[in-house]
Amino acid sequence: MAINWFKYSAPTTFYGLAGKLIPWFAVSAAVLCIVGLYIGFVVAPADAQQGEFYRIIFIHVPSSILSMFLYLIMAAYAAMGLIFNTRLSSMMASAIAPTGALFAFISLWTGALWGKPMWGAWWVWDARLTSELILLFLYLGFISLHASIDDPRRADRAAALLAIVGSVNVPIIYFSVQWWNTLHQGSTIKFTGTSMHIAMQQAMFTMLVACWLYAITVTLMRVRSIILERERHTKWITELAEVKA
Amino acid sequence: MKKLSLFALLVLVVRRDLVLAMRRRADVLTTLIFFVMVVSLFPLGVGPEMDMLRKMAPGVLWVAALLASMLSLGRLFSADYLDGTLEQMLLAPQSLSVLVLGKMVSHWMVSGLPLVLMTPVLGLQFDMSMQAIAVLILGLLLGTPILSMVGAIGAALTLGLRGGGVLLSLLVLPLCIPVLIFGTGAVEAVTSGLSVSSHLSLMGALLVLALAFTPWVTAQALRISME
Repeated sequence: MAINWFKYSAPTTFYGLAGKLIPWFAVSAAVLCIVGLYIGFVVAPADAQQGEFYRIIFIHVPSSILSMFLYLIMAAYAAMGLIFNTRLSSMMASAIAPTGALFAFISLWTGALWGKPMWGAWWVWDARLTSELILLFLYLGFISLHASIDDPRRADRAAALLAIVGSVNVPIIYFSVQWWNTLHQGSTIKFTGTSMHIAMQQAMFTMLVACWLYAITVTLMRVRSIILERERHTKWITELAEVKA
Repeated sequence: MKKLSLFALLVLVVRRDLVLAMRRRADVLTTLIFFVMVVSLFPLGVGPEMDMLRKMAPGVLWVAALLASMLSLGRLFSADYLDGTLEQMLLAPQSLSVLVLGKMVSHWMVSGLPLVLMTPVLGLQFDMSMQAIAVLILGLLLGTPILSMVGAIGAALTLGLRGGGVLLSLLVLPLCIPVLIFGTGAVEAVTSGLSVSSHLSLMGALLVLALAFTPWVTAQALRISME
């Protein structure tokens, strides 16, 4: 039997699939978030040097990782939309952008809360902080360019080009800022073993998965709204049970 | 019609845009005056201590140059867009990338080069050493074309949009950060007695990269905006 790989690349079919998937992702995100926070705040021991303050990393690190990955995923979707002219890819890109921006903001916010007791300053002009801030600017640029073009197809294509240019520029920005100034501590999780307590690792990993699931949930919810909004003139939308009701 | 070589085409576009710019000299002067004014505001804002000003000078001049080039980017395609010339350029059998490159070059000559020429005077106002001023000028010479080229992508994407000017800065400024870092880094290196070659080489590399890719990307952006 031949499988139609492209069945769910049409908004019509994806709308229903997304609707079915959302509860699963939402529930598992909520469960993992509670478990992760429980391990992080109750089970994990206090850090030898940083005391209780370090616990903010269970939110800070996953949101930093997510903010960077989501930009790449967004740019990849946008590029697919631009190259193959698939409507759904562009919709996914614009559905991811607000979540990515949110994670970038949370990462900066929690970083500031951690920085005050640790470094004695809310904000320092360190390489990683600065590049995270620039990443937030890139997200905001993408969102505002998309928002200021009325024709959705032109908006998709223009924003896609910007996202691609941005993602080419990200490594250049990252390294230039890196050479400019470095204060942030190096990565603790390395592929060759780590220097962390096992409960800390578990909490961090659980929270990371929870954040991913949360990101997927809200992206799917947002893409459903975008599909409804853009396809509102089509017949299949008017025949949907929730639209009729 | 005679077939133009790519270089002849480039020269043609540059010359056309320069003539147009010379017909409206006020536009060119506004950018330059804006640059001088922003730079002169800084000592008034932070106080006249020469030690501090000397340290701040490269950053102030670079940021002012960045803002000044943003100011003039809105005009890069808008006049041609409004009178229909841009549509003709898109339809022309010649390479759109080369046409765009020509517009970038002339934009730099009109709004980037005057700033570079003005820099020594402003540098002296900030009590910079001759050596530092020389490095600053070299950095600006390499860096301001990049600003024009990266900015052209933003100008093409925001063509004909409401609130285009502010949006343009929002899109382009984050992309210009590496230029700012290497440009000011070079001056800091020379004032602390280090070699400037690494900063300037990286800036040169960025210039080559921008030369290779931005005309094509801008051409694509124009096609998206004009369809």
